[in-house]
Amino acid sequence: MSTVTFTFDGKQYSGEKGESLASALLRNGVLHFTDSSYKDRPRGVMGLWVEETNALVNVDSGAGEPLKPATTIEIVEGLVVRSAQGVGDLPDTRDNSRYDKANRHVDVLVVGAGTSGLEAAKKFSDLGKSVIVIDDKPTAGGHLVYLGQPVPADLLSVLDRENVTYLPRTTVQGLYDQGYSVATERRTDHLDVNVHTEMSRIRTWHIRAEHTVLATGAFQRHLVFANNDRPGIMLSHAAATYVSNGANPFKTAVVVTVDNQGYRDAIRLHKAGVHVAAVVDIRKKVSKSSKKSSRKAVEKLGIRLIKGATVIDTQANLDGLLSSVTIVDAKSDLQETIKTDLLAVSGGWTPIVHLATFIGIKPTWSVKRAAFIVKHKDSLTSTTGMLAGDFGDDDEAAIFFGPKLSTEQALVAFVDYQRDATYRDFKRAIDAGMRSIEHVKRYTAIGTAHDQGKTSGTVTMGLIGQAIGKAPDEIGSLTFRPPYISIPFAALAGRDRGLLSDPERTTPIHSWHRASGAPMEDVGQWKRPWYFPMPGESMHAAVLRECAAVREGVGVMDASTLGKIDIQGKDAGQFLDLIYTNMFSTLKVGMSRYGLMCGIDGMVFDDGVTTRISENHWLMTTTTGGAAKVLDWLEEWLQTEWPHLEVYCTSVTEQISTVAIVGPKSRELMKRLAPSLDVSNEAFAFMENKHADVAGVPARIARISFSGELAYEINVPAIYGLHIWESVMAKGADLNITPYGTESMHVLRAEKGFVIVGQETDGTQTPDDLDMNWIVSKKKDDFIGKRSFSRADTARDGRHQLVGILADDGSYVIPEGAYIVAGADEKTAPPVKHIGYITSSYDSAALGRSFALALVANGLARKGEKIAIPMADRVVTGVITDSVFVDKENTRRDG
Amino acid sequence: MLHIPCPYCGPRDETEFHYGSEAHVAYPEDSANLTDEEWAKFVFIRSNPKGWMAERWVHSAGCRRWFNVWRNTINHEFGPSYKPFTQQPKSPA
Repeated sequence: MSTVTFTFDGKQYSGEKGESLASALLRNGVLHFTDSSYKDRPRGVMGLWVEETNALVNVDSGAGEPLKPATTIEIVEGLVVRSAQGVGDLPDTRDNSRYDKANRHVDVLVVGAGTSGLEAAKKFSDLGKSVIVIDDKPTAGGHLVYLGQPVPADLLSVLDRENVTYLPRTTVQGLYDQGYSVATERRTDHLDVNVHTEMSRIRTWHIRAEHTVLATGAFQRHLVFANNDRPGIMLSHAAATYVSNGANPFKTAVVVTVDNQGYRDAIRLHKAGVHVAAVVDIRKKVSKSSKKSSRKAVEKLGIRLIKGATVIDTQANLDGLLSSVTIVDAKSDLQETIKTDLLAVSGGWTPIVHLATFIGIKPTWSVKRAAFIVKHKDSLTSTTGMLAGDFGDDDEAAIFFGPKLSTEQALVAFVDYQRDATYRDFKRAIDAGMRSIEHVKRYTAIGTAHDQGKTSGTVTMGLIGQAIGKAPDEIGSLTFRPPYISIPFAALAGRDRGLLSDPERTTPIHSWHRASGAPMEDVGQWKRPWYFPMPGESMHAAVLRECAAVREGVGVMDASTLGKIDIQGKDAGQFLDLIYTNMFSTLKVGMSRYGLMCGIDGMVFDDGVTTRISENHWLMTTTTGGAAKVLDWLEEWLQTEWPHLEVYCTSVTEQISTVAIVGPKSRELMKRLAPSLDVSNEAFAFMENKHADVAGVPARIARISFSGELAYEINVPAIYGLHIWESVMAKGADLNITPYGTESMHVLRAEKGFVIVGQETDGTQTPDDLDMNWIVSKKKDDFIGKRSFSRADTARDGRHQLVGILADDGSYVIPEGAYIVAGADEKTAPPVKHIGYITSSYDSAALGRSFALALVANGLARKGEKIAIPMADRVVTGVITDSVFVDKENTRRDG
Repeated sequence: MLHIPCPYCGPRDETEFHYGSEAHVAYPEDSANLTDEEWAKFVFIRSNPKGWMAERWVHSAGCRRWFNVWRNTINHEFGPSYKPFTQQPKSPA
C-alpha cells in the first residue's frame, strides 16, 4: 500500500492507494459526507459497495463522472471529487477517454467471484468448459475479502486456469434471453487520474453463454426508525469492515440487529477496539445453534445483550452527528437511551436478485432468511450462494423492518434515503389504498433514485406487509430493469461516436457537392445536397432560382441515391406483374415504366421506374429510403410464396451513378455530351432507353422525368459518376447549367402533382386515394393488394384523397402538417372537425405563388370548395384544387 | 437479445434478422373469390398464441434467406427451425 493524496470538497486528504473513497474519508474522520437531496439532512456513508445510497460524489478529475457512490471509487493520487447532494453534474469538458466493446462466446458465465461463484467456476472448469468469471470488485473472494480472511488457494487459483477468464471491476449490467449479457469493465480509473488515450477506460462486453451461474451475493439492508439517517448510522457489515481495516473514527458502537450478522459484526467492532455498548436484537428467542455461536460469543466478550428490543429513535450532537440512540422494548414499550457515535444496523440480508428478475425469474420469500431468494436451475441459468438462500447454517432472521412509530417519528424515519422518502410518505400511500409495491413505488418515489431501490425494495415490501398483515411475497414481486448500476453513455457508444455513430452514404459526386458549399440533407443514411446557394443567397432565393432554371433552361441533379435493384430470370416479368399494380410483362425491351407497389392491405408502400434492359433482365428503381425494404419484400415473396418463379434480385444502388439533366435545354446539352446519339423526339421518345457513349463513357440514357420537363437520366458505372457530372457542368456552362438539390426536386415534382411515398402517404393510402387509379391494372388476375381495393373500408366514401390547396394569400406558405377544416373562416371556432392535412407545401417560381398538396376527406369530389386552416395566430383560407399545378397536358416532357 | 437458429447459418444474434410474423399463412390462391371476411382474416388476423408458435424470420444481415422456426412466446425459447416448404417439425410443447 502506498499513500496518495486526494481532494474532497476542495480539501486535501491522504489515504491508502486502492482503498475506497468512503473508507479513506472515514479514516480521516469525515463522517458528514453530504446533505440529502430534498430535506438537507446531514448524511454519511451507509454501505460498502453499490448499495450505498447517501455518499454520492461527482468526480472532477480524469474523465470525470457524475453521481458515483464513494464506496465504489478506488482512490488514486490526484483524485478530485465533490459531494453530490443527490444530483449529479456532468463535467463541461469533452471526455477524450477511449471506450470500446468486446464480444465473447463461452460455455459458462459466472457472475460473482465470491466463494460460491469460485466453486461454480471450478466445477465447470474441471469439466473442461470455457468459463468467464465476472466480478464488480477489485479482488476476488466476496465477503471473505471484507472479513479479511484468506480465500482458499484451490478456489483462487481457478481464476488462473487456461479455460477461465476472470474480469475484475466488471459489472454485469443486464442479463437477457438465451444467455446474453452485457457487462462493463472499468479498466483505468483505478490506475491513476490520467485520461488514457491508448487503453479504453471502460470496455463493454457482449457475452453469449451456454449457461449462466448467478452467484451475485447479497446486500445488508437498513431498518426504518426515527432519525435513522444520521452520520454515524451504518450497515453493520460496512461499519465492521471499515473499522477492521483501520478506517475508524468511532469510539462506541451500538449494534441493532434482526439476525446473527449483527453479532458477528459486534465481535469485529470489539476486536478492532471499538467499545460495543450493546447489541440490540428484536428476537427474544433464537435457535440453539444461534445461541451458541452468537449470543454466547458476544456475552463472553462482556458486551451487553438486549433481547426483544430495537432502536426507535436517535439523537445528534451540534454537528449533526449521531450522539445517542433510544432503545424500545417491543413488548413493554419501555425506552432507554444509550450514548454512542456509531449505530451499526443489521436489518437482514437482501440477496442481489436483479439479474434473475431481468430474465423473468421470480424471487421467492424465505421465511427462515427473511429475504427474497432465487433458487433456480435450468439449462440456461442457475443460482448459487446467498442468492439461492445459502446464508450459512445458523442464520435465521426475524421478519422485522422497523418499530411502530408516532406521526412525528414517521416524518423522519427514512425508507429511501436518496429520495428522502419517509415512513410518513409510505403510510400515506397505504392509507390511500395502495397495496402493490408498484403502486407504492410510484406514489412515494421509493426505489426511483440512483440506486433504484437496491436496499429500499425489500424494506418497502416488508413494511407494506407489516402495515396490512401480510407476508412480503403476498405484496408482489421485486422487479428490476437493466442496467444494474449507472453507466456512462460513452461506454455504451464505444467507438461509435461522431462520424462513426451511423454509417454515412455518399454518392461518387459527393466531393463536388461539398466543394460547392451545398448544405446537405439527410435522407436515411444518405447525404444529399439540399440546394446550391450562390454567395450570399438565401435558401428560398436559391430554390426559386434552381426551379426556374429547370423550367426555362437546364438543371442537373445527382439522382444516384435512388434505390436500384437488378432483377433477372425468365419469370421476372410475371413476378413484376404480381408486385406492381400495373402491367410490366408486356413492356418492350429498352422501355421504362413507372409502377406503384402496395402491401396486401392495398396501401401504397413504394414507387419507382422499372426498365426492361433485355428480355429477362430488368432494373427496378425504388425510393431512396425504401431500397432495402423493397429488396426484402421481393425476396419474401420469391422465397416464401412463389419459389417456382425463376427470379434473382440484387441491390445495385451503389454500383450505378445517375445524373439527371432536366429542362427544355437538356436536349441540346445531351446532344453535346453524346454526339453519336440521335436525341430527336422521334428517335428517342419519352420512357425510352438508349445506350451511347457519354463524355467517352458507355452509358444508359433514360428519358424519365420527375419534374414534367424534358429530361435525360445518364446512368454510368459509379466510378464515372463524378466525370459525367463535371462533363455536364463543362458542356452546359454556356446554357447556364444549374445544379439543383433535393429541395428544388421536391418543389418541381409537387408542381407536377407527383407524390413522394412517405410524404403524401403514411401507409393508409390506396392508389385511388392518390388519384392514381390509372396505374391499377384491370386486366391482371391478381397482384399484391388487389383484393383489398374492394374491401368495404378501402372502397368507402370519405377516405382521404390527394388534392391541391391554394391559399387565398399566395405569399403565404402553409406549414406542412397543418390541419384543414371545411368552409370559410367563421366555421373555425372550436370545436371543429378537420377534414384533412397538408402533406407538401412550397413557394413556386413557375406559379409565382405558394401552393400545397394535401390529403382531404373526399377531396377529389371537393375541388373548388373553400377551406380554412386555423393556425395559432391566424386563420388561413384557401381553396381545394387539382393536385397537378404545372403542365396538366404533359406537353413539356418532350421539350 | 434473442439467439435465433438460422437453418442455413446456425445460431446468430437477433440483430441480424427481421421478423416475418406467423408461419404457414399462405397467400390465398383465389383471392378474388374470397368474401371480405375471409380476405380480412388473411390480411389482419393471426393466432397470437401464448406458448409455442411457428413463425417466419429472415436472416437479413446474413444469408438473406427466409425460414420458419418454433418459438415459445412466453419465455422466448426457440425450438427447431426449418426451411420453407419442408416438413414442419412437431411443436416442442
